Amino acid sequence: MHLVLFIVFAGLCLAGAINLLLQSHPINSALSLVVVMSSLAVLYLLLGAEFLAAAQVIVYAGAIMVLFTFVVMLLNAGREERTLGSRSAKAIGFPAVVAVLSVIATVILKAQGFTPVALSDNITSTADLSKVLFHELLLPFEVTSVLILIAILGAVALARPAHDERRGRTEAGK
Amino acid sequence: MIPLSWYLLLSAALFSLGVIGFLIKRNLITVFMSIELMLNGVNLSFVTFAHQWHLVKGQIFVFFVMVVAAAEAAVGLAIIIAIFRTRATLAVDRIDLMKL
Repeated sequence: MHLVLFIVFAGLCLAGAINLLLQSHPINSALSLVVVMSSLAVLYLLLGAEFLAAAQVIVYAGAIMVLFTFVVMLLNAGREERTLGSRSAKAIGFPAVVAVLSVIATVILKAQGFTPVALSDNITSTADLSKVLFHELLLPFEVTSVLILIAILGAVALARPAHDERRGRTEAGK
Repeated sequence: MIPLSWYLLLSAALFSLGVIGFLIKRNLITVFMSIELMLNGVNLSFVTFAHQWHLVKGQIFVFFVMVVAAAEAAVGLAIIIAIFRTRATLAVDRIDLMKL
């Protein structure tokens, strides 16, 4: 059962990631990224991380991807063009990435002491997670709220039109 | 029962696909999506090691990565909107003001 679930959702994950690279329109890439993130949520569930699976669906597949599709549609992004830069990036980048991946894969396959995963393994409950998060790591947790606040202010300040552009628009409105 | 290294191999594959996308894609938004793919690949290996060593802190680290990724997505997409407003393009080859 575990094996079947892993193969199905790992396959979906890889297929979505490869489709992200093959599509030339950004909206298709965004939708295949949603597939990758949703199937990763199932893999988290298989590893016993139930809170993270829910957070993955809500935060990543929900909030962040809505933001992405919103921006893609707002800017009316079209097909990407092929240029010289992308051809040289392919020629040099592909061998480098394959080399790095093979090194990582060799290290992983040679490593000893990994216990196999089974469906009956212990599940990290949200209560256990929050005990550590709100006792030992309370300060970092509170600091992230400041980070989010700064990010909201920064996003609003960056995305609003420049001062003279805004004035021109209101004058045109009159 | 499946070996834990399969999860790590999947995470390495996702990270590499993200790096390839970062290199070959020429659209600013798609490059940004490749960064999110890399973050997800790393998150999967965090969860895998948290399962291996029975540590909750690995999962909490993933939670913090998600928070930072959300902040990064909001600010990054605002920067993309600002760039599009001034230069009217999303192709990374044309956004070369700081290039030597």
